[in-house]
Amino acid sequence: MKNKTKIIAEPGVQELFIHREFDAPRELVFKAFSDPELITQWLGPCDMTMRIDYFDSRTGGSYRFIHSNAHGDFAFNGTIHEVLEPQRVIRTFEFEGLPERGHVALETATFDELPGNRTKLIIQSVFRSVADRDGIINSGMEYGVNDSHNKLDELLATLV
Amino acid sequence: MRRDVFQAIADPTRRQIINLIAHQTLTPNGVADSFDVSRQAISKHIQILAECGIITIKQQGRERLCFVEPRKLDEVSDWLADFRKSWESRFDKLDELLIKMQTKTNDNKPK
Repeated sequence: MKNKTKIIAEPGVQELFIHREFDAPRELVFKAFSDPELITQWLGPCDMTMRIDYFDSRTGGSYRFIHSNAHGDFAFNGTIHEVLEPQRVIRTFEFEGLPERGHVALETATFDELPGNRTKLIIQSVFRSVADRDGIINSGMEYGVNDSHNKLDELLATLV
Repeated sequence: MRRDVFQAIADPTRRQIINLIAHQTLTPNGVADSFDVSRQAISKHIQILAECGIITIKQQGRERLCFVEPRKLDEVSDWLADFRKSWESRFDKLDELLIKMQTKTNDNKPK
């Protein structure tokens, strides 16, 4: 059975949680989350290409990556506060495309071991304001819609 | 002042009011009777909920009754659903990657 992605975003608060389980040991999930070459293979939205400007995955390191499509480049950057292999990554996250800088979120990703060589990933993002958080969730709408259109296209292609 | 579905559900008392009248149609006073806060406070919450379009107040005979507008609440679940989908499609790709990584790890193990 497919693992479900759970989003918890209570109205009126500055944080959101993303929960997901994986059928893989946590060393591997952690690696896929921290190795730049591996990250590019999954973190980009369906309709975008992803390239890494720099990704220094260590305590005190920093990162910057760019999602691109026909509409342009969307860059994100952050500072890595802590890399505690294989259980936790704490880092900041900022979308550079906002009208003003400084709308930074603090992300904590925890990787918990589950029985049967499985892993539970929890990402907590804390934003500076409720509006910042709601803005990120709303930006997901466009991605989500595009992604589901692509999936529909794929499905239709198999039916021809 | 922002008046949308998110403003409506931002307050715990308003969430309780929505829950209450989702299960039974009540007058504003009937709603207030279920809470320990003043009628004025509940009346204000009901007014905000009405302005946000979550509930409608209809005159029926001599009474005013509160009804939930379920389609308005759907806006909330739809809002998160699209954000979830964007992460789902990423994690689906990560699943595939993890399968590849595991196959590779197994190949490298001494036989």
